[in-house]
Order: sequence, then C-alpha cells, then structure tokens
Amino acid sequence: MTQALLDVRHLRIEFPTRRGILTAVDDVSFEIAPGEVLGVVGESGAGKSLTGAAIIGLLEPPGRVAAGEILLDGMRIDRLSHDEMRRIRGRRIGAIFQDPLASLDPLYSIGHQLVETIRTHLPLSESAARARAIDLLQEVGIPAAARRIGHYPHQFSGGMRQRVVIALALAAQPRLIIADEPTTALDVSIQSQIITLLKRLCRDHGTAVMLITHDMGVIAETADRVAVMYAGRIVEIGPVSAVIRAPKHPYTIGLMGSIPSLVGDREHLVQIDGSMPRLTAIPAGCPFHPRCSRVFDRCLHERPDLIDAGASRAACWLYAAGDRT
Amino acid sequence: MTPARDTLLQVAHAGKTFDVSPPWLTRVLGRQHRLLLHAVDDVSFDILRGETLGLVGESGCGKSTVARLIVGLYRLSSGAITYAGMDVGTLAYGRGNRTLRRKLQMIFQDPYASLNPRWRVVDIVAEPIRAQRLLRGRRATVARVDALLTQVGLAAADGHKYPHQFSGGQRQRISIARALASEAEFLVCDEPTSALDVSVQAQVLNLMRDLQRALGLTYLFISHNLAVVHHVADRIGVMYLGRIVELADKATLFATPQHPYTRMLLDAIPDIAMSGKARTPVAGEVPNPLAPPPGCTFHPRCPYANERCRVEVPLLKRAPTGGVVACHGIEERRINFAPHDAGVLKET
Repeated sequence: MTQALLDVRHLRIEFPTRRGILTAVDDVSFEIAPGEVLGVVGESGAGKSLTGAAIIGLLEPPGRVAAGEILLDGMRIDRLSHDEMRRIRGRRIGAIFQDPLASLDPLYSIGHQLVETIRTHLPLSESAARARAIDLLQEVGIPAAARRIGHYPHQFSGGMRQRVVIALALAAQPRLIIADEPTTALDVSIQSQIITLLKRLCRDHGTAVMLITHDMGVIAETADRVAVMYAGRIVEIGPVSAVIRAPKHPYTIGLMGSIPSLVGDREHLVQIDGSMPRLTAIPAGCPFHPRCSRVFDRCLHERPDLIDAGASRAACWLYAAGDRT
Repeated sequence: MTPARDTLLQVAHAGKTFDVSPPWLTRVLGRQHRLLLHAVDDVSFDILRGETLGLVGESGCGKSTVARLIVGLYRLSSGAITYAGMDVGTLAYGRGNRTLRRKLQMIFQDPYASLNPRWRVVDIVAEPIRAQRLLRGRRATVARVDALLTQVGLAAADGHKYPHQFSGGQRQRISIARALASEAEFLVCDEPTSALDVSVQAQVLNLMRDLQRALGLTYLFISHNLAVVHHVADRIGVMYLGRIVELADKATLFATPQHPYTRMLLDAIPDIAMSGKARTPVAGEVPNPLAPPPGCTFHPRCPYANERCRVEVPLLKRAPTGGVVACHGIEERRINFAPHDAGVLKET
C-alpha cells in the first residue's frame, strides 16, 4: 500500500471552559491517499469543520489539539510553530471555505491576491506570477480572465467568487485541499458547476481533497470514500458506494433515510428522534445510544471503536462478532 | 376566470416593484435614472383547499416576495390576491381584515431570527391568541398554549423556557405552534427547513405533514431544494427572475419537465442514488434582476433560444403534458423533450 498523504491518528480536540473541558473531537483517525477525495459528512456540531481546521492549523483558541497526531507525507504537522505552519498552508495544503466573500480581501483586486499567494510560495517573478494567475483563472472557468484579473471581489457573483477561491487554493499546487462546505452558500445550478470543476481540477492535478459537507448528494457525486461523523467521532467510514447504498451504522441508516428523495413517494421520511447531544452532555457508552432504535445493554456502558462491517467500518456493537443480544 | 369551488387562494397577475433608485440628490447630480426592481412580475396561480403548492427557484427569483405579498407583509404593485374571496391587498396596511390575518400565517426560514429572544415561549405562542382576543383569561390561554406545544411535539413545560434554550428544529416547532395558535388554515412556509440539519428537517417535514392531515391545513411551501419540494408538494411552480416559468402537478413536473430551466434544475440535483449518469452542468448564472434580458429572461442560458425568445416575453400556456409552461419553444413544438428519466434531450 502506498503511503498515505494525510494520516490523522487518534485526534482529540478540546475546549477548556470555566465549567470544565469540552471534547469536541474525540479519537478521530483516518487517512487520505494521494489524489483521493475523502468526504466528511455530519450534522452541525459533529466536529467535521474542527477536524479540518486542526489539519491546516487554523483551530481558534481556546480550542486545541489535546491528543493524537497529524502526519502529512509522514511528517508531523500538528506540533509545528506558527511560521512553519504558514509555509505548509497554501503550499502543501490548500483551503476552500464556505463563504467566498469572507475568504477574499475586499480591498485588493483578485489579481493582487493571486499574485501575492503565488509569490509567497513559488519562486516566480511578478510578471510570471501574473501570467500564472491568468492561467489559473482561465482554468477555473472565469471568462475574459486577462481583463477580470484587475477586478475586485464585489464585482464577481457568488459562483464566480468561489471559482476565484478555488484558483487561490490551487495557486501553489498543493497536494491536499481542505474544502469546508464549498458549495453550501451557492444555488443548486451553480453548485453543480463548482462540484464538476473541483472534481476535474483535482483529477488533472492529482490533488487529494478532504471534502467537508452536510450534503450527502455532494458526497455521492464527488467522494471516493466517506467518513460519517457524529458527536465528535467517526461512526462509519468506507467506500462511498457502500456507505450510501448499504449504510451500516444506525445513525448513517437514519441519516440516509431522512433525505427527501426524488424517487418514489413516501408519506413519511425516516426520522431519528431527538437531536445530537450537546458537548456538555455526551452520553456514556456509544454517544448515539439514546437515539438508537437497536440499542442494547453493551451500548450504554462501552464505547465502540470502528469495527469491520461489510465493505465499510462502523463504530457500532452490532458488528462485534458474537456479541449480538 | 372565476374561482373554482374549492380554490382557497388566488393570485392573479401579481406584481411587486421595488424602487432601488439612488437618493434624489445623487440622481440629479449624476444624471441617473430611477431604478426599479421587478421582484415579482405577472405571477398567477391558485391554491386549492387542503393541498400543498411548492414554489422553487434559485435565490433572487422572487419566491420569498410572493410569500410576503400573500401574507400582506408587502403591498402589491399590480394584480390581485384573494383568499376565500376576500382581498388580501387590504391586509397590508392599516388594520385590515381580522379574519384574514387569523387564517393566514407564515413560517419563516430562520428560527433564530423569528422568535423574540426576550419572550418566554408561552408568551410567543400566546401572542396571536391575545392579539386576536380568541380566548378569555390567562388560564384558558395557557391551556391552549400547552395543547399547541404538545401538538407540535414539545412538552407543555417548555413554555417557560426562552428561545435560546431550544435547538433549531425545536424553534421551528415553536414557530409552527405560534402559526397554529390563531387557528390558521393556510400556512405560507418560506424555506422552513433550510436552516436545519437533514435529520431535523425530516422531523419538521413529518410534523408538517401530520398537522396537514389532522387539521386540513393548506400550505404554500417555498424552497430552493427540489427534493424537499418533491416530498411535500402536490403541485409545483418553478420561478425564474420574478416569473413562474412552469407549473404542474408533482408527478408531471418531475417525469416530463417542459421548460428548459426546470430541466436544468432537475439535472443539477446531486445524484444521491449514484446511478452514474453524467450531469450536464448548465453554463451561466442568473442575470442581474435590475437589468433582466429582454424577451424570455432565460434566453441567455437556454440552448434552444431563437430570435423570438430574445424579443417576446413568453406567457404561461397549457403544456401538452397537462401543466402550464412559459416557453416559445414548447409552444411552437420546436423543443421536444423525451421523458426526463430517459435523460436524452432531443431537438427537432
């Protein structure tokens, strides 16, 4: 097996508060191979964005990586200094966030921002960087790139802005891109344009992507593998077709059933009663047990780790050999 | 057109124009013209008692403006809206018609912004009862609020909490309880689940369906999410740049979409079934509504546009499949779509 590009091992993210320590991400492990698209899906508060922020070293204090390690190409990056991390961010790991307007500086033309990013990371002259910026804009599908390069973010529409952000993320040819809800703020027709673009670019450049989203549809179209997060943990991880067609964890099963579908006509959607626990009150045992329809004794006391379940792995005692009650 | 026997709401050629001109002085000094935004333009539809009409479209297409026109939060610029024969236009200003206000209620998108954070839930839900003087005495009111909270799946004891103590889904339940407090018959739901996670969305959609069955409610359900609209609606209208471009019952719209824009929207839905069919992302974006293209507003993005589309605004005409559609190509039988599932576009 080839070495993983990104290797996250037993990551734990904590927030110290006056009322004690909150564990927002607990014992999360996964790998991303070069060129692979890993989808990370979950509902608000599941810890998916925090995991992404920890990888690129943008965890907001007081949040901190309390345990575990993050390896990029075999090198630990979770203990790097601020300056060392800055050299990795952008150069080796790119980032795309939900709100393109917040990712761009309104006071500088997009050309300025692109050239700055390129020259920070690559040894290019001003004019060479500018030529590369125009190429990038063309590549992400901005018409009349040579003219548009002098424009400011407010002169672009939401979809075009997100294309600029993608160009920025690709500027220094990183091998990994963390894309946190890249299409959530966009209309559905623009969303499909951006997803198609992201897929094509990553295939052409061999860039791996960690695609964080709450939208299973986007995952189904884009990802090779998918990790489902719940209450700070990965509850299921596996090839995207296996997780979507034959989910194993009761939470994933409920999640898939609750998505309105265009096929068939159901009177009711599958409903998972209750809501995700607050960080202050994560239940003992399996954190999903109070909402789980297949809960049994062991779930109340023991926390399940990821167990092989068909083609994927699920953190659920149902799949522990010879333990079903 | 006379309203059919069981038509509850009738929207006839409704239009809403916003004046977005720069201030007078800037305009005079800069020799600029008045700037009018036609947010809703010549929109007509009926909603039958007990049904759910879905309205879909991308941001800026005017669907929320239609919602606000119906409940009287905006005043119509042209056309008319009647609810059970009563003119909704009178609702917008002044005291309006009390019965109308009681029967027509709205559920907003953002459950964090639509509940007063300084009021207890019991007061929020009781406000319509008090404002309409539906019940006498605090005890009767509180009893009614308790019943309403239970009906939407909350506990009666929740009435003493404040909105911040609830999750997004629970807040939306409170919004629904408040809408029902005045014995509403018709709920205008403007993206009621867009701010919610998908499992919570399922809870709220299920609740809305149960309430519709139990109380015989009628819904106008507005969403940008076609899958959600497919789940809740009986008939669906598709809006683009302030106009309805197609309106048909659900099965027809999804099986044989007529308007190229409808077809494009359907194609843009992420394919969760992973059938592997290739999507054709449509080029272009929604034009600036301040300077909409002449003729059919969709023509710059439409692969079938011809000279007539660039000049003449298409009106809603009966489509061969049973719905109505505003497209010259369909009317002239220039465009012949195979049923959508076949996934093949044919041009004759």
